[in-house]
This record gives sequence, structure tokens and C-alpha cells, in this order.
Amino acid sequence: MADPSGSETLPIRTSTDVVQVRQAVRRAVTQLGFSLVDQTKMVTAASELARNTLEYGGGGTVRLETLQEGARRGLRLTFEDQGPGIPDVERALTDGYTTGSGMGLGLGGARRLVNEFAVTSEVGVGTRVVIARWK
Amino acid sequence: MAQNGAGRFADVLAKHEAQILEDWVADQRRAGGGRSLGRLSEAQMREEAAEFLRLLRQAVQQQAAAGAGGETDTDGPGWDAVREFLAGLSRSRARQGFSPTETAAFVFSLKQALFAHLAREAGGDADVLFAEVWQATTLLDQLGLYTTTVFQKSREEVIARQQEELMELSTPVVKLWDGILAVPLIGTLDSARTQVVMESLLQAIVDTGSAIAIIDITGVPTVDTLVSQHLLKTVAAARLMGAECIISGIRPQIAQTIVHLGVDLSQVSTKASLADAFLLALQKTGRGITRGAGAGVTSGAGPAA
Ligand SMILES: Nc1ncnc2c1ncn2[C@@H]1O[C@H](COP(=O)(O)OP(=O)(O)OP(=O)(O)O)[C@@H](O)[C@H]1O
Ligand SMILES: [Mg+2]
Repeated sequence: MADPSGSETLPIRTSTDVVQVRQAVRRAVTQLGFSLVDQTKMVTAASELARNTLEYGGGGTVRLETLQEGARRGLRLTFEDQGPGIPDVERALTDGYTTGSGMGLGLGGARRLVNEFAVTSEVGVGTRVVIARWK
Repeated sequence: MAQNGAGRFADVLAKHEAQILEDWVADQRRAGGGRSLGRLSEAQMREEAAEFLRLLRQAVQQQAAAGAGGETDTDGPGWDAVREFLAGLSRSRARQGFSPTETAAFVFSLKQALFAHLAREAGGDADVLFAEVWQATTLLDQLGLYTTTVFQKSREEVIARQQEELMELSTPVVKLWDGILAVPLIGTLDSARTQVVMESLLQAIVDTGSAIAIIDITGVPTVDTLVSQHLLKTVAAARLMGAECIISGIRPQIAQTIVHLGVDLSQVSTKASLADAFLLALQKTGRGITRGAGAGVTSGAGPAA
């Protein structure tokens, strides 16, 4: 269950914003006491999704939420944009698939770096990617 | 509006140019007596004011002669000289640390002296005065805003230049040993930065004829697919120049993350630390480090330590 006090929304409009997102996520996971490896995984996943939001979604937002389930603590990130959407999510998740000039590894890589991963996307409406990682 | 607004305005300017200049300089001295004047000499201020007034008069006269009255468009060709002068003034003010307001005030402060003279010349005819003041104020507002636009742009240019300089400063290519270069990267590796790194590295490879380049990413906090792609491109470009790259500073957490991302670095030599990479580079160039009394790098190729 989310702890409502630990929620924060950041814009993703420029590449500087992407840097800010990485820094905010690093702060959050450090505060939660994540190990260095887990911190790095979450920050890297956030970096991938923030760049996709900017590059393909035409900009959007990310919400950071601190999670607490019993003794477990975690961080959930929700990336949202009102861009063109992803016509075939399974395909987008395939390693090496890109419609841009990237390596096509970001989305699939982010999924492998976290504990929970969900993409909702509708063509012409936008894309939402929710990820969570527990300590 | 008055039909001959431009003509009258031009006449007043021409007839009273010297006195308007005196009044204006006095106004500026009074207004800016403290802060802003400190950075400008009285002589410089007077010179700038005289020059602006002269150019302004010429533009207004030209316009009046062309028979254009009423609305003035300072973007037009007749105003090139005025705009050019103001652009130069704004840039130098921006460099000297003036604020945009202080810069625009140079133009706006002319109003008081100018309106006083227009009023005197109008001889109590309120309609005429209104038309003239309206024309003068529209004109000076446009020119004042123009200084702000130029000011803003030149500030942006200064910042962009500083960023560029910083970027080059923060990506030094150092010669570690004969034939071995190192590039310690610090901070975010975005596309622009990669371009600079790649260019300076390739140039250094040519200049020094180095066979090995160590790219140290100890100072790069996050290695995602974009950073990986940039690194791989740099390695590939160096390879085309005949140099082999070693990427150092791959911490354990970074190594794990890269594997999860699915990035394939198997074609690149990687090392945990710069020291390890240096050792590997020495080996690859047929040298090694010996311990003991005569400690140093073996083989005669390198410079004496
Ligand atoms: N928010 C989004 N909106 C629209 N399309 C998206 C979005 N995110 C991803 N995609 C699509 O999914 C594809 C795969 O994304 P992925 O992040 O895996 O690779 P990439 O961004 O192209 O390259 P890399 O992340 O390796 O630099 C993208 O090329 C794009 O077509
Ligand atoms: Mg991506």
C-alpha cells in the first residue's frame, strides 16, 4: 500500500529533466536503504523509461511513490505521456526492436531490472509504464 | 492621428538635437547616479547617447521624407542602423553585467527630455502633442523591447559558450604513457558530450599515434542503454583509427545492470579500475611492471618514469 506522504511528481520535458528524474530516484532509493546494486538497477530503469517518455511520448511526467507492505519497503514509479502510444507492446519489449536510433533495449531492460512492470498504452492516447522495486 | 506626425517629430529632433542630448544625459546621470553609472564613464554615456540620437533622427527624417506618417515599424529597413547600434549596446551591457532593465532604460530614459521638447514645440495644441507623443512613445517602446530581446539572446550565447567550454574542460584526453591515452569521463554522458569526447579522442589518437585508449567511466553515475551505445560508438570509431579501447571503471553494480539491460560489451575490453586498465594496456603494448629495487616499466619504449 502506498504511503501517501511519500509521493512526488516530476515533469519530463527536456533532457535536463531526465537527469533530475535519475537524481530524484537515486535520493528516494538511498533513503529507503536499498543496496548499491538495487539502487543502480532502479535508477537505470528510471533513466530508460524517462528517456522513452521524452523521446517517443513527446514528454510527460513521472510519479514517485514510497511503498510499505508490512515490513517491506519499496519504490513505485509511474511514467505517463499523452504521446502516440505503442501499437504493439510485446514487440516494443523485444530486445533490439527500435523505431528510433537506439539499441532497442530500454523497455525490455527496464523490465528485467525491476520486480514489477506494467505497460498500458493506447494508440493516439498515450502510454503509462508502472514499475516497482522492493528492498 | 496627425497627418504630419513624422515630419514634425523629425523637425523637433533635428532642431533641438543638442539640447535634447544635454537634457537626456542629465536625466541619465540623475537616474543612474549610483549603481549603473559606476560601470560606465560619463564620456562613454554621452557618446552613446549622442550616437543613438543621431541615428534616431536620421531614421525619423528618412521616414518623414518618404512620406510615411503615423505608425512606425522599427523592424523596417530604414531602421537598420538604429537596430544595429542598439544590438551592439545590448551585447556590451550584457557582458558588463548590466540587467535587462538597466539596458532598456537607456532607451526609455530618452522619453522625458524628448516629450518636454515636443510639448514646447506643440505650442499648446493638445491634438498635435498627443499625436506626436504617441508616435514617439510607440517608437521608443519598440526600440527598448528590442534591446531586451538582444540582451536575452546574448546572455544565452554566453551561457552556451560557457557550457561548451566546460564540456571540453571536463573531457581531457591525457597521455598516460607512450602509445597509451586515457579519457576520464565525469558526469552525464549525453549525445553532445559524447560527440566532444569522440572528437577529442580521435584527434589525440592521430596526434600521438597511440595504439590504446582507456575510457574511464568511474565518474559516470548511470550507465543506461544510451550511455552504452555512446561508448560502443566511440570504441568503434577508435578502432577504425587503428586504436583499441579499454573501458575502465565498471563497478560491480554497473556490470550487473549492464547485463540485465542486455547490452553486449563482450567485444570490448573492460576493467574495474583505471589502474587495471593501465596494466592491461602495458601488457598489450608488450610492456609490464616489475617490482623490486629497479621498479618501473620494462622495455625501452616508454619515457623514463
Ligand atoms: N512512451 C512511449 N511512447 C511511444 N512509443 C514508445 C514509448 N516507449 C517506447 N516506445 C517504443 O518502443 C520502442 C522500444 O523502446 P526501447 O526503450 O526498448 O528502445 P529504444 O528507446 O528505441 O532504444 P534504447 O532504449 O535501447 O536506447 C521504441 O523504439 C518506441 O518505438
Ligand atoms: Mg529507450
